Amino acid sequence: MTYIGKNQARLEDEPLLRGEGRFASDISFPDQLHMRVVRAPVAYGRLGDINADHAKEIPGVFAVWTAKDVMEIGPIPFRQVNLPGMERFAQYVLARGYVRYVGDPMAVVFADDPYVAEDAADLVTAEIEVLAPCLDATGPVGEFEPGVPAVAGVVEKKYGDLIDAFARAEHVVKLRLKIGRHAGIPLETRGCVATFDPADSMIRLYGAAKIPHKNRITIAAMIDHPVEKIHLHEGHVGGGFGTRGEVYPEDVLVCLAARRFKRPIKWIEDRRENLIAANHSRQQTHEIRAAVDGRGFILGVDDVFWLDQGGYVRTHGGAVSELTAAMLPGPYVWPAYRSVGHIRLTNKTPCGTYRAPGRYEGSFVRERLMDAIARELGLDPVELRRVNLIPEDSMPFDRKIDALGTEIILDSGKYEDLLDRLLERVGYDRLKAEIEQRRADGEMVGMGLAFFVEKSGLGPHDDAKLNLQADGRVEILTGTASVGQGVETVMAQIGADATGLPIEAFYVTHGQTDRIDHGMGAYASRATTMSGTAVHLAGQIFNSNLRQAAADMLQTEAQGLTISNGRIHRTNDEHGPALTLATLAGDYHKTHGAPLTAEATFHAERMGFPYGIHLVVARIAPDTMEIQLEKLVIAFDVGKAINPMLIGGQFAGAAAQGIGGALFEEFVYDEGGQPLATNFADYLLPTVHEVPKVEILLREDAPSPLNPLGIKGAGEGGITGTGAAIAAAVDDAIGGGGAIDALPISPARLHQLIEKLGR
Amino acid sequence: MKPPPFSYHDPATVSEAVELLATLDNAKLLAGGQSLMAMLNMRYAQPDHVIDLNRVEGLSYIRATGDGLEIGAMTRQRDVEFSNDVRRLCPLLNEAMPLVGHRQTRNRGTFGGSLAHFDSSAEIPTVCAGLDAVLRVAGPRGEREIAFKDFPAGYLSTSLELDEVLVSVRLPAWGAGHGFGFEEFARRHGDFAIVSAAALLEAGTDGRITRASLTLGGIGSAPVRVAQAEAALMGEPGSVETFAAAAEMARGIDAHEDIHAPAAYRQHLAVVLSRRALEKAWSRVEGN
Repeated sequence: MTYIGKNQARLEDEPLLRGEGRFASDISFPDQLHMRVVRAPVAYGRLGDINADHAKEIPGVFAVWTAKDVMEIGPIPFRQVNLPGMERFAQYVLARGYVRYVGDPMAVVFADDPYVAEDAADLVTAEIEVLAPCLDATGPVGEFEPGVPAVAGVVEKKYGDLIDAFARAEHVVKLRLKIGRHAGIPLETRGCVATFDPADSMIRLYGAAKIPHKNRITIAAMIDHPVEKIHLHEGHVGGGFGTRGEVYPEDVLVCLAARRFKRPIKWIEDRRENLIAANHSRQQTHEIRAAVDGRGFILGVDDVFWLDQGGYVRTHGGAVSELTAAMLPGPYVWPAYRSVGHIRLTNKTPCGTYRAPGRYEGSFVRERLMDAIARELGLDPVELRRVNLIPEDSMPFDRKIDALGTEIILDSGKYEDLLDRLLERVGYDRLKAEIEQRRADGEMVGMGLAFFVEKSGLGPHDDAKLNLQADGRVEILTGTASVGQGVETVMAQIGADATGLPIEAFYVTHGQTDRIDHGMGAYASRATTMSGTAVHLAGQIFNSNLRQAAADMLQTEAQGLTISNGRIHRTNDEHGPALTLATLAGDYHKTHGAPLTAEATFHAERMGFPYGIHLVVARIAPDTMEIQLEKLVIAFDVGKAINPMLIGGQFAGAAAQGIGGALFEEFVYDEGGQPLATNFADYLLPTVHEVPKVEILLREDAPSPLNPLGIKGAGEGGITGTGAAIAAAVDDAIGGGGAIDALPISPARLHQLIEKLGR
Repeated sequence: MKPPPFSYHDPATVSEAVELLATLDNAKLLAGGQSLMAMLNMRYAQPDHVIDLNRVEGLSYIRATGDGLEIGAMTRQRDVEFSNDVRRLCPLLNEAMPLVGHRQTRNRGTFGGSLAHFDSSAEIPTVCAGLDAVLRVAGPRGEREIAFKDFPAGYLSTSLELDEVLVSVRLPAWGAGHGFGFEEFARRHGDFAIVSAAALLEAGTDGRITRASLTLGGIGSAPVRVAQAEAALMGEPGSVETFAAAAEMARGIDAHEDIHAPAAYRQHLAVVLSRRALEKAWSRVEGN
């Protein structure tokens, strides 16, 4: 039986479909206290005394903390890309001296009841000397505090000879491009419940997500607790998208309070908090110029950008800037390149990663540039790209830059082949002619595409263990996490094929730090590539161990045995005597006093690089400027598709988010730094009505040589090129002049633009 | 997002509700809860008392009267949406109802609740403005009627007194064979309209317009009738040019601005949607 490649129905859905899932707010303990955060009402100011006297008078209020109560707790450290001097911009769990964005935690209230906690929080007052906020990362440098410039760091990635490239250029194309501030918005807000058992000093934190093992170490260090005496537990998770599951002030505060008060502490974020306190992302401004020869080959690209980091640097450090700069060249040769990214602090919500961090932004910039070059040279956008794509025979292609501590070596790819397949699939020439005809007939309709390279399988390693239980069921124990993407199903599919056992034999454990020592978690399109490969390796060992155990029982040689359909039999006698898994498991337990197991670690030398193309047809209502997407096609090479249906789900959801960032979602601030999009009436998430059916062309033409199954990740490729392709299609629809230089594109902005252009 | 403390009251009759309103300080009426509950949870509204109208008898009905319709204030929006009397006598309202929020919110939301809350971009107040609705309210001094034109009193506020309850709304029907058109533009399905336009037209046997109503929602603090356009349409033949010229008169109306739309874009939409609504209404005038 082969499970890999099948559209296996999800194994994890039953409790979710029955409404029996266990999300963070479903978890409660007797005698728990509810925590409520008192957040800064102004964007920037010097923080004076905080008065909680009235709050403490309310019956049911147990305690109120300010920074003075947590002086021993240091700032939240960076788990990625720590640039020189960046530490001083890390966030303390409660504001010290200054508040730096609306939403900055200043105090926390603990009470018997969440309503009482919120009532009391409203009565906590703070003396704040309001200072002038900095809200623009591209203007004059603001201040982190008086005398400290708000520059968190500068990243630079470069290779080749740019001076020579521009000296030889026949054309130089320059653009200034902007990506708006938006974020991954999980349906489930953040939430955490911590317990402390004085008998053994054990802290348990429920509501963990994404990277429980890493957060365990971080929190233990921050609150000075023995790491073996703290465990994180992941329940069901209502979406991650990079935002959920990082260490935030609240995660640390609930653990600290549980230990100090010896009572369970529960904190559930509300939606307003989620929109002003959880990580924002994306906001960047680029100035980019390209040196191009006469036939459209790009000799070199010089880019500088400013990232609007918000009030503090959070756990990702400089990762988004690093990924932006390192992956901006995408699928093109570009023999010389430089990108310099300025990470500027502003008085807005701090930024972190969001699905395809740096690549959504970089793809918008790169593909707008490619379209501008095509226009300058009078070439079809597709032909211009063809001239610059990295050829198949150059793979693996060493980009000669690094990101996240590993070299970027594009492991495999048939870029032009994927382009040809996409063009054939959509009938590009006919489609283009149709659109030109419709435009000639007065419609505002256009087409655009964006080519991109994604990344996957960020190492360095992941573990997996298979345990044969006495009843014959097999546990797949991993250190990965589930943010709803179907991890259990995928791991079971891989485990089933590697062991020769039916998928029904398996159950999957993830996100529990007390069950497995190491785990890198679920982010960066890494779970299937890393943990999946570890399961594959462990499964092969498990198969061998099973056959050896059966050989001992059957008094034969393991080499002569085969496992199929859950039975172990002689290879040359399928219908002869056989052991069932349950019989073997029971016997093994009896004779060995322990379950039969197998474990393996997968080490990845480098990341793998899937790639894809988004193609969009957009129609604009000429009077209202409403933008409608008629077509959205994603072509993507995933190396090896474990479950095409789940990949389809990943793409559909990611594309919807990409559409959000391109057309709807934006965190807007007023001139004083007050956030204006703090609920779902003002922060516009696209609904099913605004998202077209996503057409998918899924290919396995370039398997990754970096793992035995050839897997590349699929978590992010559905969003990476969406913004770029939508911008190109809308630009084409309004005449193709390159006027679309910023995301998001709203009908109101389009109206303004058209008026300005006089069209 | 937990409401602040309040006392809950559950009257059974309108007079009990009125009495509670008259005796309690800082009280708020709860109808379908589709706005108030969110405002309570976000603590934008902080009443000391919430008076729940959901068990008050006799406030949920749709009745055909001699000259139109009467709709009880607590009638669910979903019932209005599917009412044959509404379709027959006030087809403009029938056309607007599916645009009110989402199916799920219409199941709870009430006709009168939308009027009393009075968001200027809501469809129900816009239709009521176009139809010259008459609102019947009950208070400690008995009942009184308010003509719709006297109802608005600023952003999210009305001429309802603090001790009054909206009990029903009369919608005068237009003549048989009149034309109607409701058009709106929202960023997403189910959102409040950035701008909406409601048009009603009647014509004589000579094909000239004998009666016209044009209302814009979402543009200011309350729905506004475009009186200049209505006057200009009288006696004119229905034509693309006529309607374009009338719609253009909507451009001068003061428009507010928010993060979704600057004033100039609202004014642009006002013209576009007025034209669309008038043309649609004209296409439906019997005999055209």
